[in-house]
Amino acid sequence: MIINHPLLGPRDAQEFTFLGDASLIDRPDWEAENAAEQFYEYAYLRDNPAGLHRELWFHETGDRSWLVVTRNTLTHEITDVEMASDVARSKGRSK
Amino acid sequence: MRYSGLRVIKEALTGHKGWKPAWRDPEPQSSYDYIIIGGGGHGLATAYYLAKEYGKSRIAVLEKGWIGGGNVGRNTTIIRSNYLLDGNEPFYEYSLKLWEGLEQELNYNAMVSQRGILNLIHTDAQRDAFTRRGNAMILNGADAEMLSVDQIKARYPFLNFDDARFPIKGGLAQHRGGTVRHDAVAWGYARAADSLGVDIIQNCEVTGFRIENGSCLGVETSRGFIGGTKVASCVAGSSSRLMSKANMRLPIESTVLQAFVTEGLKPVLPGVITYGAGHFYCSQSDKGGLVFGGDPDGYNSYAQRGNLPVVEDVCESGMALIPALGRARLLRMWGGIMDMSMDGSPIIDRTDINGLYFNGGWCYGGFKATPASGMCYAHLLATDAPHEFATAYRFDRFRRGYMIDEKGMGAQPNLH
Repeated sequence: MIINHPLLGPRDAQEFTFLGDASLIDRPDWEAENAAEQFYEYAYLRDNPAGLHRELWFHETGDRSWLVVTRNTLTHEITDVEMASDVARSKGRSK
Repeated sequence: MRYSGLRVIKEALTGHKGWKPAWRDPEPQSSYDYIIIGGGGHGLATAYYLAKEYGKSRIAVLEKGWIGGGNVGRNTTIIRSNYLLDGNEPFYEYSLKLWEGLEQELNYNAMVSQRGILNLIHTDAQRDAFTRRGNAMILNGADAEMLSVDQIKARYPFLNFDDARFPIKGGLAQHRGGTVRHDAVAWGYARAADSLGVDIIQNCEVTGFRIENGSCLGVETSRGFIGGTKVASCVAGSSSRLMSKANMRLPIESTVLQAFVTEGLKPVLPGVITYGAGHFYCSQSDKGGLVFGGDPDGYNSYAQRGNLPVVEDVCESGMALIPALGRARLLRMWGGIMDMSMDGSPIIDRTDINGLYFNGGWCYGGFKATPASGMCYAHLLATDAPHEFATAYRFDRFRRGYMIDEKGMGAQPNLH
């Protein structure tokens, strides 16, 4: 697989490590009333779709940036690559 | 029809005209007491034990394609019970005991071969860890023996013993481990279940569940609605896809695991060996091919095919352990889809929906578990209580913090 890094251009997926569903960006509020339930769902439950999947990849042997890659789990085709920091900022999470 | 040596001779002398199909091809009835979704090894075993051990009838196995066409036809055929943790080891040892009597039980030659499995040791720390594992196995009634380098050399003289970085320092052997003809497991269970009246319905895809007031009343299929008192999902690899139709999210990610087989060679590898410094395992099939595999690809996939970096990694590990492997030509390679659970251990449990049951999350260890999985799932379906060897395989262990984490990886399915 080739991941088209927004800053570095096309890079071999071997340079990256995979974390999982991009919903891991949406870390629950630890002070929320139902924090235990939210963290259970956050840590353990997954949609695990067959088809388009937004997921976190870490450019470990490259520039060490986190990316949100949109990839089809049925074909391995990558259709979109974003900087995870941009995705997080758009949700008001990262500064 | 009972299979026997005498029968083979009789058929040979009469032109093989007396053989009958090993199972029927029935039309689905309008309803069943038990609907098992998934005609793989686990689903067929569940149907068989439900009928045989628990005396149940009106059982159907629904299979989207053909039986045995999923992971039971895509694995590397190894059986073993060399686990460490209390939640796992009794279950896998029970499975190994069921394997030992399987062929007589089913009257089917599944080519169960207890040729032994050897986990190689390359560091002192690994020796400590494997000694502990061996003791855990013995405490749970399994067999385990630590082998010296000389003992290993006598059986596997061609291994790379003096590697500068990862010399072989010993090994943990389970002599009762081995291999089984994987397709024959599905066929044997199918034939035995069919003879007890189980309807095996192929080309019947489940497209949805009919759920009213929190109870499952049956399944919508490509061949119409089929009512079911108890509906049992048994589709490891596709568990999330199926259970999403019941609006359930699972503690599972699907990952592709590749396997490889070389051209047929004369007998060279007497047992199953695993490399301790990388992830590589290898055995020789009865046709002579070296069957081997390694790490899963490590990202979510339903593609049933992997990518080249893992092929390179597996072959490098193989060459590091068995330099002669480089002289064999690779004949075939393929991928299977694994239910990777969050702690690397399976789930056999009820769901929050009445009448809907779940069996999955087998990671890449489902084949060896087939008989025990079938027995424990049948027990759960028949009695609504977990089997004594499957009490730990609960859905709520993640919520409650009782994970069965053999590798100590935490909620990182791609690392288990």
